[in-house]
Amino acid sequence: MSGTALLFRNRVVPVLLFLLLALVPVYATYMDDRFLLLFFTRILVLAIAAVSLDFILGLGAMVSFGHAAYLGLGAYAVGILADSDIWDAWISFPVAILVSGLFALVTGAISLRTRGVYFIMITLAFGQMAYFTATSLSAYGGDDGLTLWGRSEFFDTEIFSDATWFYYLVFGVLLVVTLLLRRIAGSRFGRVLKGAKQSEARLHAIGIDPYRYRLAAYVIAGMIAGLAGALMANQSEFVSPAYMSWHRSGELIVMVILGGLGSLYGAVLGAVAYMSLEEVLSGYTEHWRLIFGPLLILVVLYGKGGLLGLIKGGGKS
Amino acid sequence: MSAPVLQLKNLNKTYGALRVTKDLSLEVRPGEIHAVIGPNGAGKTTLIGQIAGNVRSDSGKVFFGNRDVTALPVARRAQLGLGRSFQITAILPEFSVLENVALGVQAHQGHSFHFFKPADTDKGLNRKALAILDKVKLFHRVETRAGDLSHGEKRVLELAIALAGEPKLLLLDEPMAGTGPEETKNLVEVLQSLKTTIPMLLVEHDMDAVFQLADRISVLVYGGIIATGTPDEIRNDDKVREAYLGEDETA
Repeated sequence: MSGTALLFRNRVVPVLLFLLLALVPVYATYMDDRFLLLFFTRILVLAIAAVSLDFILGLGAMVSFGHAAYLGLGAYAVGILADSDIWDAWISFPVAILVSGLFALVTGAISLRTRGVYFIMITLAFGQMAYFTATSLSAYGGDDGLTLWGRSEFFDTEIFSDATWFYYLVFGVLLVVTLLLRRIAGSRFGRVLKGAKQSEARLHAIGIDPYRYRLAAYVIAGMIAGLAGALMANQSEFVSPAYMSWHRSGELIVMVILGGLGSLYGAVLGAVAYMSLEEVLSGYTEHWRLIFGPLLILVVLYGKGGLLGLIKGGGKS
Repeated sequence: MSAPVLQLKNLNKTYGALRVTKDLSLEVRPGEIHAVIGPNGAGKTTLIGQIAGNVRSDSGKVFFGNRDVTALPVARRAQLGLGRSFQITAILPEFSVLENVALGVQAHQGHSFHFFKPADTDKGLNRKALAILDKVKLFHRVETRAGDLSHGEKRVLELAIALAGEPKLLLLDEPMAGTGPEETKNLVEVLQSLKTTIPMLLVEHDMDAVFQLADRISVLVYGGIIATGTPDEIRNDDKVREAYLGEDETA
């Protein structure tokens, strides 16, 4: 790929993407379209989770099929605390992140002893474990979930309650998370992750056991997805086991692959594309998946590297 | 005489009924290239595994320096200064040549839990990596994606990665396998220039290369060493001739 194409893909595309996302509330206000703002808030929340998944899947080839569990853990942390009348974000958000990190540490320590299909299956199993645990929480709505009678509070600000403010909060989190993870991807730590994906034997031979690095990355990704979950609880003012279902984990994987693996902002692009397509197509027919499935296959086949691959003109990366 | 760099004492390994390593003892001394040759199926790859740490010995000891490393895993042995090349080249194909070697330097500098400082502009890594690439004559390929190198260049790159760890011993598993005559010549030169500073254990099929490089040769047959000596001694050893002639007759 030529230097200009690389510059275009690595600089221009992400800047443009985030610029457009920043302008969504302006457009929504101008068009007086409240739904659009809420819809994009939801997209960006999922994008945060997708970016965190890309961090382990794209960089480290850890195909976690249970990533939605962290969305649920983060959401339930906010929901359960709210149920006990604790609305302060500075309490519930750190709790959401810590609980998710702890779950990632324990399940990751076990899962990462396996590879490939086994890793996929074991993360799926842990995800389903979290899902069924949530359905059995009868005190918190069980299967039906838990309705929140309000949103988190951050001192006296309207950052959670006002739709536009909240959008920019989510946008800010997404931006910071993406930049942070990109920074980590370029560090020594990131280099080990990317190297371990290519040849595990070589890493051992130079004296690096990738296990600890993978586990650290897995925990980081879990914590960020937990943060996304806490935001999601606020976005929908509702928490339910469905957040953790394997469908949701699958959706996150599709977003990451659709956008283009390993670039991180590709996952943002994937989340926007996935959710928009779902919204538009499901407006035409309830069998929208019949159209969406083949579309996805086409992008993966011809856009090697997902949508980002298409953007740069189909060249080989 | 100074203490051996690597010392194998009575190593044994069986797979089911098959004894792959039989009571094997061997030493690599400072400043020497010690070659291990032997017919196919003699147990050379298993032996390499036992030294590197990915094959666990049933009994016997591996001493590296003065340290008993028999129970240590691969990565720990590597940290102690055991560098290696693989029979099937193990490089990081998506990384550039420079990144491959820089990762080796990085591994040698301690843990890699550094999350924020960009690695690709890290002078502490790149300067040393470039010096090594210059030494092995791969400097002109610095920016190339490692997967796009020729087979011989990949072999040299693998050596460069190992050198980045400032190894006290190089374990080379058939470094000349599949390389062309030009590339072999280059590899022999590079290894020759290194051997005064880094002792090596060389497993190799290319007999010309072995006899050019080795200070001592051990001949491995059916998991046991039948002779150890200088290239001349080995050339004139009856048992060795028999082992190789035997192979020729069945071939």
